[in-house]
Amino acid sequence: MARQETSDGVTVGIGRHLKAAAEAPLVRRWLAAQPFWVAVAVVLICAVMSWLEPDSFPTRDNFFNITRNFAYIGIMALGMMAVIITGGIDLSVGSVMGLTGIVCGLVLQAGHSWWLAVLAGLGAGALCGLVNGVFVAYVGLPSFVVTLGMLAAARSFAVVLSENKMIYEFGPDGDIFTAIGGGEIAGVSNMVWLLLAMTVVFGFVFRFTRWGRHVYAVGGNEAAARLAGVAVNRIKLQTYTLCALTSAIAAIMVVGWQGSAINALGTGYELRVIASTVIGGANLMGGEGGAFGAFIGATLIEVIRNSLLMAGIDSNWQGAFVGAFIVLAVLLQRIRGSRAD
Amino acid sequence: MAVLELQGISKHFGAIEALSQVDFALDGGEIVGLMGDNGAGKSTLVKIMAGNFPPSGGQMLLEGRPVHFHKPVDARAAGIEVVYQDLALCNNLTASANVFLAREKMRGFGPFRILDDRAMNERARELFDELKSETRPAEKVRMMSGGQRQAVAIARTHLSRAKIVLMDEPTAAISVRQVAEVLDLLRRLREQGMAVLLISHRMPDVFGVADRIVVLRRGHKVADKPIRDSSPEEVTGLITGAIRDA
Repeated sequence: MARQETSDGVTVGIGRHLKAAAEAPLVRRWLAAQPFWVAVAVVLICAVMSWLEPDSFPTRDNFFNITRNFAYIGIMALGMMAVIITGGIDLSVGSVMGLTGIVCGLVLQAGHSWWLAVLAGLGAGALCGLVNGVFVAYVGLPSFVVTLGMLAAARSFAVVLSENKMIYEFGPDGDIFTAIGGGEIAGVSNMVWLLLAMTVVFGFVFRFTRWGRHVYAVGGNEAAARLAGVAVNRIKLQTYTLCALTSAIAAIMVVGWQGSAINALGTGYELRVIASTVIGGANLMGGEGGAFGAFIGATLIEVIRNSLLMAGIDSNWQGAFVGAFIVLAVLLQRIRGSRAD
Repeated sequence: MAVLELQGISKHFGAIEALSQVDFALDGGEIVGLMGDNGAGKSTLVKIMAGNFPPSGGQMLLEGRPVHFHKPVDARAAGIEVVYQDLALCNNLTASANVFLAREKMRGFGPFRILDDRAMNERARELFDELKSETRPAEKVRMMSGGQRQAVAIARTHLSRAKIVLMDEPTAAISVRQVAEVLDLLRRLREQGMAVLLISHRMPDVFGVADRIVVLRRGHKVADKPIRDSSPEEVTGLITGAIRDA
């Protein structure tokens, strides 16, 4: 308070206001933003790894693998970002991914066309998201509870539908389907191109549309948004549906890439997805985050994972690192938050 | 003619009588202080005017015509805005984003319409200038002082060209220096011809800006007189019941 009052006293007159606003520098906003520093960390780690492992880390193959491995996590993190900005959470993304993958596999196995498989997958995902959204927005249950229920239910549907078998005989349109998820353009996996495109679209929607503004408003102060006339319930329903849709998109791509659908697909991914958003600057209390954050958060986790593998560290340590990073990221936010308030 | 007139307003919740037979009018260009102890019926009265719930009896006239509000949106559409004690702002958004929340200015054409932040910032700056408040439109509310937050909340009411502003304890949670700032904002609203109802516990604030004072005690109106004919001592007596009515 005291600090703000002195700054009030110093600023006099409208002319200086205009000047201050015009100078509200992009550079300074970037320097204050978490995604920027995460990007710096990614670059640093890559530089160090290239120096330590010049033969295996900075290679085309490894770049291709790293980018593809964070692409589907990043895609899901974009949808998760929307939910987290409203102040909610979606724990069901991994299970929804598993269910969607099985649905796609079954449709292909039955000999239907690739686009019907894609539509069925998106439909299954959207349905899960709608159920989550209705219970959170209109029934008013905590998102943690609702999506925890969906985490169990969707996985169970996946197991039941697949009769606990792997689906790999994809029928006549299987080749097109696997080409979508497994293909590459200009040496970069299709999944990565999709993530890049979706990051741009989500970034645009968050920043420039009325819907995006309202998503932030719901997360900032739900009661105030409601009083102002924001359709809070509808926005929430839409974010959960969108989140499940991104899981479905990720599942369609991954099933295509792997050429098979298993009901365990996506198990435990909720942790990686939520970690990506939090590391990328999302505030679990709502109101803060962005599309680039989801992208760069997913990147950092995968780069670290890859580096640990290359450094010969037992891959079972990854969970410990991801867990530590989530807590560290939230701790950093808390420290920055207490300075801002 | 009064902008807003309440005739014989009563409200009971079950057996509890929160308001009984309250008559009361608000004129444009006037600040009325509404005082009373906790549970005297102040917030019930405000909520009726704001459309949160209907009265059990009596009627409200807006510029002479009877009105019935079913939702807060109805009251707002009729030109009655409430500035809540907790201000109801989104701390994570900028001042102008809060002013324009749910009525954003857009640019572009057809389905390709994006937020017009520049136009919103400019309009918000005009509103803040009208209020003579040093509030930066593009600054986030989180970074603002209590007085600036009040300016943002009041600018919201200004944007819709409200006729009546109900201020719920605007000076309850801010520093002494900012209280002066907020009282100035209220005077600015009066200059512009609005009717302002100031609900407050703080005697000095009410006596500092109000033209008229209304005192409620246990759901009854016990005083309604020009502020110059009253005194803090009398009002204290009216609130506590030491003086029966005046």
